Amino acid sequence: MKEIRIHGRGGQGSVTAAELLAVAAFEDGKYSQAFPAFGVERRGAPVTAFVRLSDKPIRLRSQIYEPDYVIVQDATLVDVVDVEKGAKCDGIILINTEKNPSSFKFDTKASIKTLDATKLAMDFIGKPIVNTTLIGAFAGVSGLIRPESIINAVMERFPGPIGEKNAKAIQAAYDLMETQR
Amino acid sequence: MRNRMIVVEGSYAVAHAVKVCRPNVISAYPITPQTHIVENLSQFVADGEIDCESMNVESEFSAISALIGASAAGARTYSSTTSQGLALMHEALFNASGMRLPIIMTVVNRALSAPINIWNDQQDSIAQRDTGWIQLYAEDVQESADMIPQLYKIAEDSEVLLPAMACMDGFILSHVYEPVILLEQSLTDEFLPSYSPEFVLDPKNPMSFGAFADPSTYTEFRYKQEKAMGEALERIEEVANEFMEKYGRYYGGLIDGYALDDAEIVIMAMGSVIGTVKDTIDMLRSEGETVGLLKVRSFRPFPAEAIRKALRNAKVVITLDKNISIGKNEGALCTEVKACLYNAGVRTPVIGFMLGHGGRDIPVSTIMKIVNKAKLVEKGIFIESEFADLREDLV
Repeated sequence: MKEIRIHGRGGQGSVTAAELLAVAAFEDGKYSQAFPAFGVERRGAPVTAFVRLSDKPIRLRSQIYEPDYVIVQDATLVDVVDVEKGAKCDGIILINTEKNPSSFKFDTKASIKTLDATKLAMDFIGKPIVNTTLIGAFAGVSGLIRPESIINAVMERFPGPIGEKNAKAIQAAYDLMETQR
Repeated sequence: MRNRMIVVEGSYAVAHAVKVCRPNVISAYPITPQTHIVENLSQFVADGEIDCESMNVESEFSAISALIGASAAGARTYSSTTSQGLALMHEALFNASGMRLPIIMTVVNRALSAPINIWNDQQDSIAQRDTGWIQLYAEDVQESADMIPQLYKIAEDSEVLLPAMACMDGFILSHVYEPVILLEQSLTDEFLPSYSPEFVLDPKNPMSFGAFADPSTYTEFRYKQEKAMGEALERIEEVANEFMEKYGRYYGGLIDGYALDDAEIVIMAMGSVIGTVKDTIDMLRSEGETVGLLKVRSFRPFPAEAIRKALRNAKVVITLDKNISIGKNEGALCTEVKACLYNAGVRTPVIGFMLGHGGRDIPVSTIMKIVNKAKLVEKGIFIESEFADLREDLV
């Protein structure tokens, strides 16, 4: 089983990202489970969502404490949320930032990967909504989900031109991060 | 089975299950705490996907009152509520059961105030234990959905005619996305006959429901309700089996066991914690511990006989309760299990743990800790009942 924790801010679509990952992974032949860290939702406040992927049906219902992957939608969260908490030694922390991984001073042994998802989202979608771009990047860096499955899940959820723009951002992010696997 | 599954939110799966049961009247109060269940149902009605009256009322008390009227007039009815909303319905819940109206309601289990808390526990439905409603507790999203046609079939049986709560853990099941099979309309039409009660409110044939009963007859009404619960005990098992034959899925009838046959330590629980307990049991079994699970699916009617039988080889029984009867220092399941063993002469230690209150997470480590504490009984250290994961720094 692989466990993913997504950090974002209210309004950035972290819960949607988790849901889309679960849909895509299931279409890819895995069992999946996605749920928010249930909080009182406020726009801009830190929010957390969780995803589990497994070859077998998932029964476990607790939150995720030792994630294999951490996705950080907004680098400013690093100052206010302990995003590296519990991350597995061989895990990956994927951060949306224009900075290099070396500019983050973490104690974790997990490897840090960065990409400027905001720029990709602006280029392809025209809005700084990075959730779909980031799950494309996650698919690239992890190799756990095929990019086509992510794109199908997004297109189904957001049909038409919006979905198509997102699909381009997802593919670009995937291609960029696949080389860093 | 996998190729028929899709990933949806728990609330959507339940709303869809309600839809294929073809209810005539749905009533709910759409304010926090609510869920996407009635939101999705309103959408189905607005889109013409079901021919159903959807009543947006001014409070939960009105929601259940509207359904009492509709059900008495012969309608198949549904509502969903949670927490304070269910508490507000309390008075009318007795009316629904006393008038023998098979209303089905999903209770999305959440904590009660004060202090204000929107998260999951089961205090809300447990507090309605004595209202005369059937209560089943679901383990996962699929069961939360599959319970709906099962409960209509049980509740509308002419020998039962009792309202029923389908209890699903708030957030943990209502807001999770996971693969499920959405109930097929054609199968459900075959499984669930239409509701045609013998007695209905009808201006052409006037009769009274829930009318006056003085001391010379009131007792007998209560007796008949209890007898109907006894019938429900039978029907819950039968309907679970009929469901298995039709849909190929089974979650237990009144109870279900996991790794139970040779288990010396038996964990008893209700609701979504069961999945986590099963994973914990697999880990403990791989270390040679003979731990098993007895899932309680039906809390009302309480399956005392089935539980006694299932516990006959147990050396230690652990109960997990997401509720507390304050002043008894026990959860309801703990009390009920102890009570059902006593007159049968069974003196297996029953150790109660209260956990998951107000949404406190229940990781595998908590279940492990509980099992280790319960094992102290073998060394003569007996814990009657306690809060698991109590934060000593705060008390």
